[in-house]
Amino acid sequence: MSTEFAVILVDSTSHALRIEKLLVKHELTCKLIPVPRHLSSDCGVCVRILKQEMVEIKTLLSEHKIDTQSIEVL
Amino acid sequence: MSHYLDEVGANPGRSGHRLSIEAARIVYAVREAIANLFSAPDPLRVIFGLNITDGINLALHGLLKSGDHVITSGMEHNAVMRPLNDLLQHGVVFHQVVCEPDGMLDPQKVENAVQPNTRLIVLNQASNVCGTLLPIQEIGQIARRKNLLYLVDTAQSAGVVPIDMETDCIDLLTFTGHKSLYGPMGTGGLIIGGRINPVELHPTRQGGTGSRSEREEQPDFFPDRFECGTPNAVGLAGLLTALEWLQTQGIDKIRAHEKILCTLLLEGLTSIPKLVVYGPQNAEKQTATIGFNIQGMEPSTVGLRLDDGYNILCRVGLHCAPSAHRTLGTFPDGCVRFGLGAFNTQEDIYQAVEAVRTLAKEAT
Repeated sequence: MSTEFAVILVDSTSHALRIEKLLVKHELTCKLIPVPRHLSSDCGVCVRILKQEMVEIKTLLSEHKIDTQSIEVL
Repeated sequence: MSHYLDEVGANPGRSGHRLSIEAARIVYAVREAIANLFSAPDPLRVIFGLNITDGINLALHGLLKSGDHVITSGMEHNAVMRPLNDLLQHGVVFHQVVCEPDGMLDPQKVENAVQPNTRLIVLNQASNVCGTLLPIQEIGQIARRKNLLYLVDTAQSAGVVPIDMETDCIDLLTFTGHKSLYGPMGTGGLIIGGRINPVELHPTRQGGTGSRSEREEQPDFFPDRFECGTPNAVGLAGLLTALEWLQTQGIDKIRAHEKILCTLLLEGLTSIPKLVVYGPQNAEKQTATIGFNIQGMEPSTVGLRLDDGYNILCRVGLHCAPSAHRTLGTFPDGCVRFGLGAFNTQEDIYQAVEAVRTLAKEAT
């Protein structure tokens, strides 16, 4: 079975980097990638995560009061 | 900086490729380091601009509206005075609280100057002419009590004395990387405190941010609302290294070193006949910036003689601070300024004092 991903859409690269730093600290898998065109017309980056870690990550972001635009399954 | 130029070189936040992201990582790391240094509420509230003057302009022009009253001091730099004078034409009024002849400021006078329409207090924490330190925290508490916003120019104090946005009650903190943070020129900006929403401040310039590209209006979130166009990422990479160095040294240790040098220089200069030294003449009440004049010799002549004859480089004249010179009684001729830093030694001080002593003997 191929790996399933989700992406966290954010306002700017700075917001993405803040999330990346938090996820790396908690040893969660993530990678900054260009925003997929079908999700947004933004030319910036988003944070790609593992779908299986999505719930844990949502909780973590909420605990740290970090706002996102949305989290979408790819 | 060489790592950035040789290995990265991409535009931060303008693409999703690995080098653009690496560049953005460097800029974000500086944002965090600056936020930590000043106890800012959020790294995203650190706004990088051309320099500290750009940050002051953003704060003043972005915030103030017709009918607003501003309180400032008699020790300000033109970075504050020129925007304030420009704002007079837009219906903003300001009051300069008179300082003592050594540049000291009585907080009570600031409180007494508050009007019903006062919106902001803006102060230079340390004089760029004679080093006088203003009572930033005490005046911050007055601003908070009176529900005023508080802008502090830390050009001369950042990296010299501890600054904490929270305990000093600072709403808008402007900084430069190129002085006592020991970074490159062209790195500086504004930190916007937690009491100010992004939409309360109008951006002084608009343009591409790498975000919300489908929209032709400026974003309404930090930091993009106030940062557009390609940033000085190579300069910020240098500032990051400088801040890491500063952290390993410790501001307290550097301050202690500068106090020793400042006291030595003050003792040496005040022992010279025909010399007038300005400011508090007390290392506890000032930074290691010392203004002086040799009676009977123009500041420009002193500067040239020190450069040519003694390899001592200093700034003479009015230091872009006519208000401060009026307060000190040195307008319009100005004075000679020695600025000391972490890399100066006691030997530097002895040589400087002897050079000034020799020149003073020649003065008529």
